[in-house]
Amino acid sequence: MSIAPAEHEAHPESRSEDYLWTLNFGPQHPATHTTLRLVLKLEGERVVDADPEMGYLHSGFEKIGEHLTFNQYVTVTDRMNYISPMANNVAWHHAVETLLGIELTPRGSYIRTIIAELARISDHLLCNGAVGLDTGAFTFFLYGFYQREVIYDIFETLCGARFTNSYTRVGGVSQDFTPLVIEKIRSFLKTFPKTLDDMERLLNRNRIFVDRTKGVGLLTKEEAINRGATGPVARASGVTRDLRRDEPYLAYADLDFQVCCASAGDCYARYLVRMQEMRESLKIVEQALENLPAGPVNVGIDQRTALPNKKQVYSTIEGTISHFELAMSNRGFEVPCEETYAAIEAPNGELGFYIVGDGNDQAYRARCRPPSVLHFAMFPHLIRGHTLSDVVAVLGSLNIIAAELDR
Amino acid sequence: MSSPSDTLHESSPAPTEANPHREALEQAYGPLEYSVYRGQQRVVVPAEKSFDVLALLKQRGFDLLVDVSCVDYLEYRGATDRYGLIYLLASTTSNERLTVRAFVNDPEPAIASVVPLWKAANWLEREVWDMFGIHFTGHPDLRRLVMPEAFTAHPLRKDYPLQGRGERHNFPVITRDHS
Amino acid sequence: MALTQPVSQPGASHLDLPENVVVSRLDELASWCRKNSLWPMPFATACCGIELMATGAAKHDLARFGAEVFRFSPRQCDLMIVAGRVVMKMLPVLQRIWQQMHEPKWCISMGACASTGGVFDTYAVVQGIDRFIPVDMYVPGCPPRPEQLIQAIIDLQDKIQREGTITGREFNTRQRQQRKRALVEIPQLLTVDASRNPNLQRQLAGSARDLHDPSDLQ
Repeated sequence: MSIAPAEHEAHPESRSEDYLWTLNFGPQHPATHTTLRLVLKLEGERVVDADPEMGYLHSGFEKIGEHLTFNQYVTVTDRMNYISPMANNVAWHHAVETLLGIELTPRGSYIRTIIAELARISDHLLCNGAVGLDTGAFTFFLYGFYQREVIYDIFETLCGARFTNSYTRVGGVSQDFTPLVIEKIRSFLKTFPKTLDDMERLLNRNRIFVDRTKGVGLLTKEEAINRGATGPVARASGVTRDLRRDEPYLAYADLDFQVCCASAGDCYARYLVRMQEMRESLKIVEQALENLPAGPVNVGIDQRTALPNKKQVYSTIEGTISHFELAMSNRGFEVPCEETYAAIEAPNGELGFYIVGDGNDQAYRARCRPPSVLHFAMFPHLIRGHTLSDVVAVLGSLNIIAAELDR
Repeated sequence: MSSPSDTLHESSPAPTEANPHREALEQAYGPLEYSVYRGQQRVVVPAEKSFDVLALLKQRGFDLLVDVSCVDYLEYRGATDRYGLIYLLASTTSNERLTVRAFVNDPEPAIASVVPLWKAANWLEREVWDMFGIHFTGHPDLRRLVMPEAFTAHPLRKDYPLQGRGERHNFPVITRDHS
Repeated sequence: MALTQPVSQPGASHLDLPENVVVSRLDELASWCRKNSLWPMPFATACCGIELMATGAAKHDLARFGAEVFRFSPRQCDLMIVAGRVVMKMLPVLQRIWQQMHEPKWCISMGACASTGGVFDTYAVVQGIDRFIPVDMYVPGCPPRPEQLIQAIIDLQDKIQREGTITGREFNTRQRQQRKRALVEIPQLLTVDASRNPNLQRQLAGSARDLHDPSDLQ
């Protein structure tokens, strides 16, 4: 039923927006996967505008970072991006070591590279699986989740925890690789490409999936840079920026890999970039594992940052003193009164920490630069003009993790 | 794929070396406090000039705004200003990074919004407003981002306790009889 | 055992029951049906939600225990699994969803954060959802392994079988919900001779009614 123009004139304050549907989406909705909220303005089935809202999982991570020591805070970073906790651990201690000026041992940096890449694979498996799940491909999700279980199993063998690992320490990691871990990673490297092929065969040319993702949620290169996109979202829009290549940290300078990019900038391109990145990650893990250097995994006792092993503590005076100093609450290691920022290429973008040191072994301020915030902020731009059913596809392809979003 | 550029640690010039960005900034705005630590270049600018400086830096190739954040220096040893705004800039073409800092003070700390330069700043500035209570003049939509609208404090300020002031217990209790 | 065995009391029944008929109480029958068809509502907020997904996914397969029908509408569910921390902004949503669920309903608090606040003793995190909504089962762990969640669901099924009634009388215990603190004030009945003081008698009668509300016992 159309409304006569005379009525419009009678109510000058009523605008055309008043005739739009307002739909609340979230914060408890299966397709948000976590706790996001969108208030959508709909004209029929078309989304006119969206107002994203966050904060439904804000737990004060940055505040608690000012009260925990550098080694304790790693447990909190586990719970930040819980799809890939290992990558968060690596990011946090990479930032701490940048502040303290610690150079890792070769073995330590290779081990961190391997676990960061395994974390990337497990993240992309879940993210792409969730896109598949939301667009109706449940089998794809189960394939991905089964491989995540294999990675969980590797991590459990490595450090005892399958999910929230808290694996890294200042100046090294908590446990060295055992032969069993290496064997499990090798067998994963052998079996995973086959599953990846299966997954690609399931979805890459699936008519329904392609129709629902191609051309949806377009992000141009200029917009991507202006809106601060990083990671696979930016690379799918043609921004060839990958911190692993551009600012090589850990062992990435020694390894050969490609930066996966696409130019389309839609949901399908993001899906393809993630699928391809998993193959590149496999290449990185394979190279790093074959060239894994021997030697100590933690920095030496002369640096007084990582706890010495038991043999050193019991048989050398330096080891005893170092252990004693680190374990005492009023000693710890020396922290400069300075501020640094260091970032890694986490699975869903540039994850960095801006740490202010004030001489204590707690940060004065531990700011986390979360990629999810900037990606979620661009959501209204991506969804305008698309239909309601595209909301879940776009949301899934941005890979927003609420705990990292809200912190 | 282009060749890997040098790391920050290797490519950063020593403070005495010529730095084109520093020269351009000082030519326009007079001497600025410029420092390098662990290979990271930082510059401190006056708060009232921050927008112009950032606009100039954007023209000079820093096209990616990585982060906008803030530090409350209330308990920091030797600090004279209360709030330090931090703008982390990066270039997607030359892979340089630059940290721009500006200080603001109580009462009514305020600084110009950079949303006209980078749309990325929209939510980052809202978060700073939410957490520190710093007003961004010219921001299109300065609302609380993560805390509820009814919340009154700014929790990341140093004078706000970690456990809060009891807001987390301030809810009605629902028992079996209610439901 | 789910159902009680056929009772063969001499003189109690004059009917000859066939072998495939079981006599039980209606309460037991209702609980037996309810416990084997729990429909969980995954209130998954954080890390525990991923383990909840893992519980439902291929390797751990919650369907083996009859609780795999995850429904995202609270109106269709009878078991709320709160997985992850609940913060100030989320708590009103949680309470509202809990109130939208139909009786009979149960709640599992999964993980340290939902049960106690966990490592997040901060301004924003609710220190245990049981302060604000009723909880039937707590699962420790940060996050709990899927096996632990499955164990909790099995334990909840036992509880439903043990205590359940068809009218939901087991939920009507007001004193169990409210007086959940370690020290319960004991009425002065035992120490004071109140028989001479009508004023005190009235008071004591009031406090006794508060403790043992006859309307609770139906």
